[in-house]
Amino acid sequence: MPTILGEAAAQNVAFWIIAITMAVAAIGVVTMKNIVHAALALVVVLAGVAAQYILLQAEFLGIVQVLIYIGAVLVLFLFGIMLTRAPMRRTGEFDNDQKALAGLVALLIFGVLAYLFADEFGGDKLHLAQPTQTSAIADSIFRTYVVAFEVVSMLLLAALIGAIVLARRD
Amino acid sequence: MPVTQYVLLSAFLFCTGIYGVLARRNGVLVLMSIELMLNAVNINLVAFSARLGNDPAGQVFALFVIAIAAAEVGVGLAIVLLIYRNRVAVNLDEIDLMKG
Repeated sequence: MPTILGEAAAQNVAFWIIAITMAVAAIGVVTMKNIVHAALALVVVLAGVAAQYILLQAEFLGIVQVLIYIGAVLVLFLFGIMLTRAPMRRTGEFDNDQKALAGLVALLIFGVLAYLFADEFGGDKLHLAQPTQTSAIADSIFRTYVVAFEVVSMLLLAALIGAIVLARRD
Repeated sequence: MPVTQYVLLSAFLFCTGIYGVLARRNGVLVLMSIELMLNAVNINLVAFSARLGNDPAGQVFALFVIAIAAAEVGVGLAIVLLIYRNRVAVNLDEIDLMKG
């Protein structure tokens, strides 16, 4: 890449731009007063995660993230908002009365995690040589982790049947 | 690139999700916060997969987590719909049927 910055610095800049966007949107998801706006902020976070996957050379995962999360899960959330007739206008009734305590707990856990990670992985570098081959992922799923794959597929089937049984009107 | 910045981003997303689960009372919003936490875990898995020289194991586990998350959202929203149908509200602090 013939840039002034060089490839590693360009990746770093891209990381921080995406990361700050994601952080702002994530705070929006948990604080916004309008439930549809919160869902749209969640789209920004999920797209940012997909972009981080692509920065980390995990291209297949990035595509899967866009297809499943932005394509399917988000639509499911919007249907949930619609069917439960959540108030669309600005109301303050989405938060309960333990916001201060919740913020304290979240800050405490973030402090502990940040200290531990900085202490343990302080100088570690990523080895981003070339993108992961999708065939390597397929080999890994269907050779090493084939039992886990079968368990996950049975779980998905059970969850689908369970969701239909729960939501069906008798 | 250092691995620390990915891990810190993931820790931040995870803690935002914790705040959302604790401070929100609408069922759908709590499920969204849980999605934030699961995505944080996935960023961690992929970052460490890259740190270990593009080991596919981390990405495979991230795929499994995505599948589980999709199942969880499906069942969770079905439960929220059922509660809405029976109680005409999805405020989680009003659902105390199992409180003795």
